[in-house]
Amino acid sequence: MSDILDLTIAQLRDGFRKGDFSATEIATRYNEAVDASDALNAYLEKTPELALEAAKAADEAKAKASDSLKPLSGIPLGMKDLFATEGVTTSAGSKMLGNFKPPYESTVSANLKAAGAGMLGKLNMDEFAMGSSNETCAHGPVISPWRREGSNAAITPGGSSGGSAAAVAARIAPGATGTDTGGSIRQPAAFTGIAGIKPTYGRCSRWGIVSFASSLDQAGPMARTVRDCAIMLEAMAGFDPKDSTSIDAPVPQWEKGLSSDLKGKRVGIPREYRIDGTPAEIDALWEQGVEWLRDAGAEPVEISLPHTKYALPTYYIIAPAEASSNLARYDGVRYGLREKVEGGGLHDMYKATRSEGFGDEVKRRIMIGTYVLSAGFYDAYFTKAQKVRALIKQDFRKAFEQCDMILTPTAPSAAFGLGEKSDDPIAMYLNDVFAVPASLAGLPAMSVPGGVDKDGLPLGLHLIGNEMDEQSVLNAGLAIEERAPSIELPGKWW
Amino acid sequence: MSVTIEQVRHIANLARIHLSDEQAETLLPELNNILGWVEQLGEVDTDGVEPLATVIDQQMRLREDVINAIPETAGNRRDDVLSNAPEAQHGFFAVPKVIE
Repeated sequence: MSDILDLTIAQLRDGFRKGDFSATEIATRYNEAVDASDALNAYLEKTPELALEAAKAADEAKAKASDSLKPLSGIPLGMKDLFATEGVTTSAGSKMLGNFKPPYESTVSANLKAAGAGMLGKLNMDEFAMGSSNETCAHGPVISPWRREGSNAAITPGGSSGGSAAAVAARIAPGATGTDTGGSIRQPAAFTGIAGIKPTYGRCSRWGIVSFASSLDQAGPMARTVRDCAIMLEAMAGFDPKDSTSIDAPVPQWEKGLSSDLKGKRVGIPREYRIDGTPAEIDALWEQGVEWLRDAGAEPVEISLPHTKYALPTYYIIAPAEASSNLARYDGVRYGLREKVEGGGLHDMYKATRSEGFGDEVKRRIMIGTYVLSAGFYDAYFTKAQKVRALIKQDFRKAFEQCDMILTPTAPSAAFGLGEKSDDPIAMYLNDVFAVPASLAGLPAMSVPGGVDKDGLPLGLHLIGNEMDEQSVLNAGLAIEERAPSIELPGKWW
Repeated sequence: MSVTIEQVRHIANLARIHLSDEQAETLLPELNNILGWVEQLGEVDTDGVEPLATVIDQQMRLREDVINAIPETAGNRRDDVLSNAPEAQHGFFAVPKVIE
């Protein structure tokens, strides 16, 4: 029998149901692998007992009556540390939250639990999800299981869901939750050779997810295959009255709806995504992706998204503005860190706490956000950005009159080495140049592995769908997955 | 538009972040680079465009007017609420002295 760690979520689910292995065997094998993965720094908190508890429940349910099994019975998952998990430390990758132990469970993690999944632990991430390389984390960066051919230099798994991506690629989780504000699921998925989808804004409840930029934040799954993403997303999504931006619509059966036959579908190729300086291998992969989708029956059509170049600057006004407002809650009073100032008053305590608790990138974004929202500058920056956001949304609306889905590269490069870009904030922000427009428009978007670069590092292809049409995104992702060369995940060196 | 060192200190104060002189000096060019970069939005003609605050096309819902309708966000959870406080006394959050 093959190693449990090599199986997909669908294979684990089906093998467990057939009786090839018990849920306890799955959880035990994963707990061992997690324990032996400290060199990657992917898990901030390990919860082997929770994985075993869910496995025991699954084994007991199966012994009683196999029809009492739930969709994810027997599956242990990793949880990004941005999700509040009852009684389990939730730090959002920040010193500010310290040993915060939520007295409640986020809706998404509760949904996964209710679907039978166990939790292996909490996964490292950029501080408050602000970063593209995991280098802003207060607990040290995640190291990617990937390395350039012939080199042992540490590579970033991407960010902010870098721990989730590294865990799935290193086979220390069969799947993991991520969150995506401006590419934080898709860019790390591309960097680590796995699949990840951000659904339509509002599909997954934000309740219990530590807030970064509320009009953009959205949870989604990261896993080794498109099918696994569909399985997880079905369990994570759903209407939640506790989130005022939750969409009140039934959750489709995405797994059942999977089909890589794209006959009659039109795939849009946006000319504005051809950016000077993009490496030739990224352009070549993009063209290859178009051919794969054509082979699956889709018809490529050239489309225009005229405001594409303004998406990143728009994002870097709106996201920091919302962040500065959201992060005002960290005041040293209700939870997390408190820095006392001898003889000082309340304001001194606020300032000391926030200076000590936040890292440099978070401070930078709070400062930008505070500035663009301040009196005299609000209209020039924030309102202007909201207007450009409306135009970006309108671009997509028009494009989807001509096509059913859009194909682009996920990121402008493969993963880079730790430290290679950390000195230049704007160079780091450019990582998300292809991912951010879909975030601003609230559209479902997915990264699937497409191939490897000259150094043997994975590259991703990016699919954007119309509002509420995750199915087209998943189906096109599946068509690429079936045609792309299969990427061998890195062997264990850690 | 670019910011001055005085403005950096002013913004830090609004954001309740203490900056050393050295930190303020480091942030000054970083913030100006970012602000210079986002200024390209000025090229976009947005006359008559409504600002977009939310991407979902849905009426704001009102919660049912019932006490404790949703247990997770309901009342009677004082101890839970205080369980992560750096300092709590007599069932309240404790803070440094506010009034003289």
